[in-house]
Amino acid sequence: MANITNTPESAGSNLMARALREAFYAGLVALGLFVLFVGLKTDQNILNELVLVQRWGLLAVFVAIAAVGRFLSVAFIRPYLAERKASKASTGVKEPGFVTRNFSMIAVAVLLVYPPIMVALFGFQGSLKWVDNFGIQILIYVMLAWGLNIVVGLAGLLDLGYVAFYAVGAYSYALLSSYFGLSFWVLLPMAGIFAALWGMILGFPVLRLKGDYLAIVTLAFGEIIRLVLINWTAVTKGTFGISGIAKASVFGIWSFDVSASNNFAKVFGLPMSSAYYKIFLFYLILALCLVTAFVTIRLRRMPIGRAWEALREDEIACRSLGINTVTTKLTAFATGAMFGGFAGSFFAVRQGFVSPESFVFLESAIILAIVVLGGMGSLIGIAVAATLMIGGTELLREMEFLKHIFGPDFTPELYRMLIFGLAMIIVMVWKPRGFVGSREPTAFLRERKSVSGSFTKEGHG
Amino acid sequence: MAGTNTMTKDPILKVDHLSMRFGGLMAINDLSFEAYRGDITALIGPNGAGKTTVFNCITGFYKPTMGMITMRQKAGKEYLLERMSDFEVNRDAKVARTFQNIRLFSGLTVLENLLVAQHNKLMLASGYTVLGLLGFPAYKRAAAQSIEQAKYWLEKANLIDRADDPAGDLPYGAQRRLEIARAMCTGPEFLCLDEPAAGLNPRESLALNELLRSIRKDTGTSILLIEHDMSVVMEISDHVVVLEYGQKISDGNPDHVKNDPKVIAAYLGVEDDEVEEVIEQIEVIAVTAPGDTPK
Repeated sequence: MANITNTPESAGSNLMARALREAFYAGLVALGLFVLFVGLKTDQNILNELVLVQRWGLLAVFVAIAAVGRFLSVAFIRPYLAERKASKASTGVKEPGFVTRNFSMIAVAVLLVYPPIMVALFGFQGSLKWVDNFGIQILIYVMLAWGLNIVVGLAGLLDLGYVAFYAVGAYSYALLSSYFGLSFWVLLPMAGIFAALWGMILGFPVLRLKGDYLAIVTLAFGEIIRLVLINWTAVTKGTFGISGIAKASVFGIWSFDVSASNNFAKVFGLPMSSAYYKIFLFYLILALCLVTAFVTIRLRRMPIGRAWEALREDEIACRSLGINTVTTKLTAFATGAMFGGFAGSFFAVRQGFVSPESFVFLESAIILAIVVLGGMGSLIGIAVAATLMIGGTELLREMEFLKHIFGPDFTPELYRMLIFGLAMIIVMVWKPRGFVGSREPTAFLRERKSVSGSFTKEGHG
Repeated sequence: MAGTNTMTKDPILKVDHLSMRFGGLMAINDLSFEAYRGDITALIGPNGAGKTTVFNCITGFYKPTMGMITMRQKAGKEYLLERMSDFEVNRDAKVARTFQNIRLFSGLTVLENLLVAQHNKLMLASGYTVLGLLGFPAYKRAAAQSIEQAKYWLEKANLIDRADDPAGDLPYGAQRRLEIARAMCTGPEFLCLDEPAAGLNPRESLALNELLRSIRKDTGTSILLIEHDMSVVMEISDHVVVLEYGQKISDGNPDHVKNDPKVIAAYLGVEDDEVEEVIEQIEVIAVTAPGDTPK
């Protein structure tokens, strides 16, 4: 071969020629494949006669997709991937950039300034959607997923009924505030305690179970709570739910009730708007999330947190080291449930209305999916996964422009779950251990090296 | 069989008439032996002799069908191990164990493995997590001390360079040593090792012998080990108990056991002209031994 001393230009033109050739063949194959399937369609006309509909335009689109796709893949995508692989192999481990190193700090800072920015951009009324539908909604799921992370990610106990504790928290606030008129700040810790209690009540019977059996029983527990809420109509009003739940106040100083004399807007002489309450709720759930993260990080460095992780790795070894696995599992259930309870009472105060419909199995599945997608045990990964999953499905509601492509009958909301599922499959193929697959050690002698996901176990109990 | 010299010794573990039945299988049949304080006792026998079952009974993982296992601590406190659950055997009776198939926390680092082993001590120091969460200095002191303790054992097991690596990333021999170090971090008086030399090369075996000797010398921990590697058994043990088909066939110092015809028969088989004699001996054991159990 004469082209051993190939210049980059000639290599480039070679590549282009090859890409064009392969694109042509791909187009040909597509044409052969689709000409009868797509190009011609048999149909009935109004007289019930069989007619042949010709769809050459659609066929051309199919062929063009195949040809152009092949061309792009050969000419650009593959060389790019090969180059990236080569550069990765040569440079070795890259020093993490500024953003990667301080990701959590930056995220918290962004969240703190998020509501004012939204107000500045869209005005008080326009910011409602962004603060409430996106901000608060995502943060609730972040908190729930962080709570479940203690049970599933750290202790390795597969819990499919987590939404039960969310329900317990929501209903304890809804019922105790409407029957006894207690305030949110009294009921928030109480909701957590009730949920933790229920966590223990669930924990006791399932302690002997492992893996699939544990998952099934927790699932049943979630359904039991929901069915009790539906059928105990005397207290919970059944499927009608409880409405008119009292709003939270700023530690009892300022209220958000329109009629109250210490109304927030009145005190500060601001125009009336429901946006203040939403912004207050945003900061409230942000604070609850930060408390959850702080407690989780601290707990991981406590003996109990290490015992949870050890339990995930090997339960028998734990027992041989004198660790009481019964109490260890119970504390994991109770702690996880407590955060679920906090999130539940927040949910009730935000909605002003709770009904059993909010606590179906799908919720448990979504929370679990967030934990698994984020990477079990990793707080940052889970927060990212929650943002993508919940924010992503909310964004799909906003995709009005899709109607221009797929016609006015197209309703993107109907495809939300389909896309959600597809995205999950893609992420799991791309990163089987979730976004953050490695785990940070809780103690170190010389340097903190993160543990690759291939060593950690998912837990089997 | 126990000579007069062993009677003067102080038994740390006494196994009396231990039997363990799995359905129709008598895995251990009326086994009695003693392990003495400060000794390295070896439990040997052919495959399927019931050695690991004895271990599981001692460490509370199995509930024996019959019999009594008494652990006497240095302070004189006695524990009946067959009545305790597995984690209490370690926490209260101070008996630690390792496993035949290594059971490390592979996703935790080497250091974390040793910190998990100090769980009960740290739990107390952290006021059952509450005081620790609030950042009390007592817990910080205890945590620093537990890292020192871990460092001590890491140096002993020659693992200090790999302290921050995941345990699952260690080579096989190092995992064995780590498991022993982890068991020692629970502060045991009696250490049970299930085939610690399995899969080790000769050099690693020698290092293991050194580690076990230094454990006994520096901490006074008594050791009971199951082992197939006779170079380890004969080299370091003071006292050997031989099992076959769940029964004790020999008990004594390594030299005594090495020359016991029943042990040789069990391990190697015997010459054709001795078969009758050996069968007779074995039958005598098999007939008399169950006769002792009805009580």
